[in-house]
Amino acid sequence: MPVIKFIEFDGTEHEVDADAGMSVMEVAMKYDVPGIDADCGGGAVCGTCHCFVEESAGPLPAVDPQEESMLGLRPDREGNSRLSCQLQVSDSIGDMTVKLPEFQM
Amino acid sequence: MNHRAEPMLADPLTTPLEELDVSDPKRFEYDCWQPLFKRLREESPVHFQAESPAGPFWSITRFDDIVEVEKNTEIFSSEPTIAIVDPPPERRSRMFIAMDQPEHDVQRRAVQPVVAPKNLQEFESLIRKRTGEALDALPEGETFDWVELVSRNLTTQMLATLFDFPWDIRHKLSDWSDAVTSDERMTAGQGLTQEDRLEIVMEILEVFTRLWHERVGDDVESFDLIRLMQRDQNTANMVDDPMNYIGNLMLLIVGGNDTTRNSMSGGVLFLNDFPEEFARVKADRSLIPSMVSEIIRFQTPLSHMRRTVTRDIEFRGQHMKAGDKVILWYCSANRDESVIPEAEMFQIDRSGVRNHAAFGFGIHRCMGNRLAEMQLRVVWEEALKRFSDIRMVEPPTRLCHNFVRGFSRMPVQVTRY
Repeated sequence: MPVIKFIEFDGTEHEVDADAGMSVMEVAMKYDVPGIDADCGGGAVCGTCHCFVEESAGPLPAVDPQEESMLGLRPDREGNSRLSCQLQVSDSIGDMTVKLPEFQM
Repeated sequence: MNHRAEPMLADPLTTPLEELDVSDPKRFEYDCWQPLFKRLREESPVHFQAESPAGPFWSITRFDDIVEVEKNTEIFSSEPTIAIVDPPPERRSRMFIAMDQPEHDVQRRAVQPVVAPKNLQEFESLIRKRTGEALDALPEGETFDWVELVSRNLTTQMLATLFDFPWDIRHKLSDWSDAVTSDERMTAGQGLTQEDRLEIVMEILEVFTRLWHERVGDDVESFDLIRLMQRDQNTANMVDDPMNYIGNLMLLIVGGNDTTRNSMSGGVLFLNDFPEEFARVKADRSLIPSMVSEIIRFQTPLSHMRRTVTRDIEFRGQHMKAGDKVILWYCSANRDESVIPEAEMFQIDRSGVRNHAAFGFGIHRCMGNRLAEMQLRVVWEEALKRFSDIRMVEPPTRLCHNFVRGFSRMPVQVTRY
């Protein structure tokens, strides 16, 4: 079972066992990790589950055009920005370290 | 409190669908739109109407279909306009809500910082102070208009702050907001003619052009929308393109005004219609943030947005042609039981309360959504501190409008603790 370490903007860490098949967003919601709003519930159409993937054991899937469109409007976008609803927990990605932004909008 | 006498409107359940005007503003004025949209979701979720005051158009009424259309910005374009009616080509102002990528992104990014949550934290204490003052000034033991003294008053102050607009004439912002959304083709003939509307648009442009020139190049530390445009290299010359400048101004004036104002009024109506929910939030004010999302869903202050088909396609088995208008009925999506259980009920702590359609989806999702939520949250936090009851004494008067869902008058009485 992969382990995801969430790091809030203020540095607070949450390390959780993630169920394969859930998205990183759903894992954060399940364990009440603050900092992800996920207004649209996982459709990559609101941009409020933005996160920064600091590390992952395996490679991440590519950013698709819809995710790119939404990330493009985030004022705090970085090279490792992702929408956490678009990252499915899997053995091939494995453990991850995910930083959360200062705000979602 | 919800229902005024209905006019003679065709029965939405027995009249053949092709004889019904989905865009009839009267159904919104008399708040009897729900059965027709429920029927459309069930019988004809992608529905073509050949004739209306705004010409032929498609209606999309299911939640999931609206999300699909909003994701597909290449086929469902936001250009040339997101209104159901087309302006004459020579009067076509350009606003970023009615632009596709990449131009949309560039212009939206310039003004977006004004509503970034970081900036909002600084606004919150100011909003709380003004809200408290407005609520303290309300008369007790007599009937007053909540729309005028609370909703309109507070949203006008906020909009003036966002523009750093001259305080003594700030009422103009709300008047302008009402005027630019008022079109006789969207209001069963009650709105302005295009000539009258043009006169107001020219006044807005004149005032804001003066403000632009007064501010350009100054060193004032301010996050107002005018200076944000001036200081972003992509929009620094916006004033030289009046059709683009006026377009974005109208967008920001309407976006920051009508929507929040009408949700502020809607909350009073819903808490009166669902007194058990009123009792719950009075007993537990930690429910306010969730209640705010539910108010926005239940009100859905803009009933729809429009897209325009860029090439012939088949969508859900229907053949759409390039140039066809597609109306995304957010009000219907927010009553879609397949996504929102018991959607006709106002439930302040429903699960997935943030997952509603009122802000739209995709790249055009409401830019000011966090500001709107904060304003509404502060109003209810401050109101519930002061008032043991906010009682509606007569049914509200609703707008006869098929785009802006709102109220012109809501007589209430308050009881202080």
